[in-house]
Amino acid sequence: MSAETPAAGTPATSERNDGRNIAVSWLILCAILEPLVILVLGPHLPPGAMSLNARSQQIDNIVLTALATPVVAGVLLYFGYALVFWRQKEGDDTDGPPIHGNTKIQIGWIAATSAIVLSLAVYGTVELIAPAGAGAGEGPAPVWKLTGSNVLEVQVIGQQWRWTYRYPQFGGMETTQLVLPEGRAVEFHVTSIDVIHSFWAYQLGVKADANPQVDNVAYTTPEHLGQFTVRCAELCGIWHGAMYDYGKVLSAADFQQWAASTEIQLASVTKLLPPYSNTYNPDVVPQLGKALTSAGLSGAGGNYYGPQYSVQP
Amino acid sequence: MAIEIQPEKVQEPGGSEPAKPRPARPWWMRPAFHTGIIGAVIGYLIGHWLGNALAHGYQQVGHNDQHDMAIVLGYVFGTVGWLAGLGVFNDLGKQMIGRPVTPGDQHLGDGLAKYFRYSLDHKTVGIQYLVGMIVYFLTGGLFAMVIRTELLSPSYHIISPSSYLMVVGEHGTMMMMMMTSVILGPFGNYFVPLMIGSKRVAFPRIEALSFWLTPCSYVILLSGVLFGGWPNGWTAYAPLSIQATQGMDAYAVAFGIMGISVILAGFNIICTVICFRAPGMRWSRLPMFVWAMLVTAFLMVLAAPVLVGGLYMMITDRTVQTAYFTASLGGSSYLWEDLFWFFGHPEVYILALPGFGIVSEIIPVFCRKPLFGYKVAAAGMLGVALLSFFVWQHHLFDSGMDPNMRPLFMLTTELISIPTGFIYLVAMGTFWKAKIRLTVPMLFAIGMYLNFLFGGISGVYLSDVPSDTTSHGSFFVMAHFHYTIMGGLIFAFMGGIYYWLPKMMGIKLNEKLGKIHFYTMFIAFNSTFLPLFVIGMEGQPRRVFEYARNLETLNDWVSISSFFLGFSILIFLYNFVMSTVVWREKEVGNPWQARGLEWQVSSPPPPHNFEHIPVVLSGPYEYGDPKALPVADLNPPAGVVSGALVGSTQSGSEA
Repeated sequence: MSAETPAAGTPATSERNDGRNIAVSWLILCAILEPLVILVLGPHLPPGAMSLNARSQQIDNIVLTALATPVVAGVLLYFGYALVFWRQKEGDDTDGPPIHGNTKIQIGWIAATSAIVLSLAVYGTVELIAPAGAGAGEGPAPVWKLTGSNVLEVQVIGQQWRWTYRYPQFGGMETTQLVLPEGRAVEFHVTSIDVIHSFWAYQLGVKADANPQVDNVAYTTPEHLGQFTVRCAELCGIWHGAMYDYGKVLSAADFQQWAASTEIQLASVTKLLPPYSNTYNPDVVPQLGKALTSAGLSGAGGNYYGPQYSVQP
Repeated sequence: MAIEIQPEKVQEPGGSEPAKPRPARPWWMRPAFHTGIIGAVIGYLIGHWLGNALAHGYQQVGHNDQHDMAIVLGYVFGTVGWLAGLGVFNDLGKQMIGRPVTPGDQHLGDGLAKYFRYSLDHKTVGIQYLVGMIVYFLTGGLFAMVIRTELLSPSYHIISPSSYLMVVGEHGTMMMMMMTSVILGPFGNYFVPLMIGSKRVAFPRIEALSFWLTPCSYVILLSGVLFGGWPNGWTAYAPLSIQATQGMDAYAVAFGIMGISVILAGFNIICTVICFRAPGMRWSRLPMFVWAMLVTAFLMVLAAPVLVGGLYMMITDRTVQTAYFTASLGGSSYLWEDLFWFFGHPEVYILALPGFGIVSEIIPVFCRKPLFGYKVAAAGMLGVALLSFFVWQHHLFDSGMDPNMRPLFMLTTELISIPTGFIYLVAMGTFWKAKIRLTVPMLFAIGMYLNFLFGGISGVYLSDVPSDTTSHGSFFVMAHFHYTIMGGLIFAFMGGIYYWLPKMMGIKLNEKLGKIHFYTMFIAFNSTFLPLFVIGMEGQPRRVFEYARNLETLNDWVSISSFFLGFSILIFLYNFVMSTVVWREKEVGNPWQARGLEWQVSSPPPPHNFEHIPVVLSGPYEYGDPKALPVADLNPPAGVVSGALVGSTQSGSEA
């Protein structure tokens, strides 16, 4: 949407030049608001700058906000102006000027909105392709990838109601905390063993749905040390609201040390796990139902799988 | 263009004379609400028994002795029993055995009784719909109050997580079901025939049926509470929906019945608008509201069957153990997502377009100017409707769908903002140098434009895949669609009530209370939903009952604002009930000096709308044009209507 004012072409009924007034105040308003939006608000827009794609998403948000500001300001200004100046006068029951339309303004409006929208689509596509799918889940066959020999693969497994992480390059060990190295491309393989979850690493700018029997790939490159939040962003049952944990980004050397020691520490557990694969058959689900029923959970908990049935679809 | 000249003398089936009026039976013997309830109870018991008998060999849902099959069949048979009790099938049965049907509506009685009966009068159905939809809206609103109460604290819980999800699901589904018909039901059914100069709608029985299905879906949806609700909101993603307990059956059947109701209502409106326009009611003179209804009806007819099909799959998955949505047995969880959103995205325009229609109808009247760019406005609605079928996968941007599709769906989604922008061009052009009369309907129309602006702009963020990576599934989305639906549709609905209630009931709503209602609702609405954009961007996902501690202040602000929002609805309710029941200030004629055809007849309109079929002479928005003819000739000289009919059939189609 464009915020141009339908000024030209309509005959002025009074001395007041409404079109000029609106246009000038709109320009002044934009001149004040735009620097504020870009320079003051911009750096605080989500998701921050913790990873390469988070940073590009932040720029994307700044661009969108910078474009939205004049539109919102223009429309609000226009309606505000109309409500102040174009009111029915006391005792005046006559009708307004019979303007049915204005071809120039209509064509101009359509052309301007189309231009803005099409350029936004082009810009969005560039921002999608350049940082390898913008951190969004790309499905089992990603098109835009981070390649190289040094890509860290991490499998994210969603289940009701927690996340676990497997590191195939470290013997397929499974941890309950997501630990990533700084400055190294990460390839997430997101999957689920029961219902649909959505892996949302907020500060990293990654969101990928965890579908049962589907390997959903997403990329990121952490650029700063620190903690980040992992939440489930798709309703998955009663404890969906509590399905979150915190991951951390370590320096490359610290990460190597952590991974090597954790691999040894967890070796005995890793042996008991099913072998690493891209998806897992959700045979655990009947057991899950059993566990829930025995815990006395009802209603939303998914107790379709009654304890009396050993195997269920 | 078909003209119904004398609908009373339609050929009777069997060639016999119309039924002679029989001595009236006492009121409790005639089909009405109470016989419908008896029928529903009997039907439910039969269906429940049958389901248990059929499902004998199937595995049973845990925890109680009820098969899903018994529940589903109980609901379905209960619905059929309800309709039978209401007398929906009486005329059908009479026709099948060659007996004459009861003509007209006279046997329903006068006064309030006819509103509890299966009335074939589109004006009665419109008022039934209005009250029904307000009941839906208030119920859904109460659930929203519970949600906001629970979210007052990030960690202290007033209700349990499963109750919380039950409330979230009930709120979302109830509101979404109600919003599909909230304008087409009351105002579409009531005003489309009046606005196009017709004495009736095309299919009165179908129209009445579409209303009488909605109480069923209301009761069935609420009955989900008895089963503990369902865990996955109004979107009901599989496979969680296959795991869930019997509350899910309530969701599936209720939403399915609403889907059927919506399809039926849509067919009726399409045929009415296309076939029942008065002579001279060209496509270029069609009121904007009728355009909106026509386009919405097409969306309903094309989109809702997909929902009904998807729900049928869900029901068979749950009852007879098919595996449409179970990945390990060859199904796919994406199937439900695609079916649901193929319905779901046109559905949100089913919600938005009637709102555009109402405000486009209101603003010329109170700007005292013609609608700016009539053709642009109609093209905008058609463009939105057409594009709405090509955007549904933007709900699946992060789901792992084919990544190549994402630029395409990003493009189509952003393209929708072009025709939506037309609506703003039309509004701003109409406001240009107008003589604005700030009545209550006008206030609501302006409120709608301001709210929808935020809803539309935030939609651009969501259509953009990189930005959507953060906002997808967060409170940002929630704020976005509440701005478009609550801020857009409900504000337009309220505007429609204040604008048209004088016409529908011949009484006036109190203007001072109306203004108080508007200002409290507008401020409370924005105070509730504007912070939610921030909350979403700060990382709070939808439908959670626990959230980050640092968002507590904002959430509390939102919750308290939402209570004020609820309070503003109470003001409306007080005004509505007092004005229509107690004060009853008479309003005759044309209080807004509107040119619309519906305002040219008395308030409330006579039984058959027009004494004679009017001849439409000019468009409905010619305010301030000294050369404009009156909108219609309500008493055309004898022979003109049939002459116009002959003329139009000879020259092909007039429009």
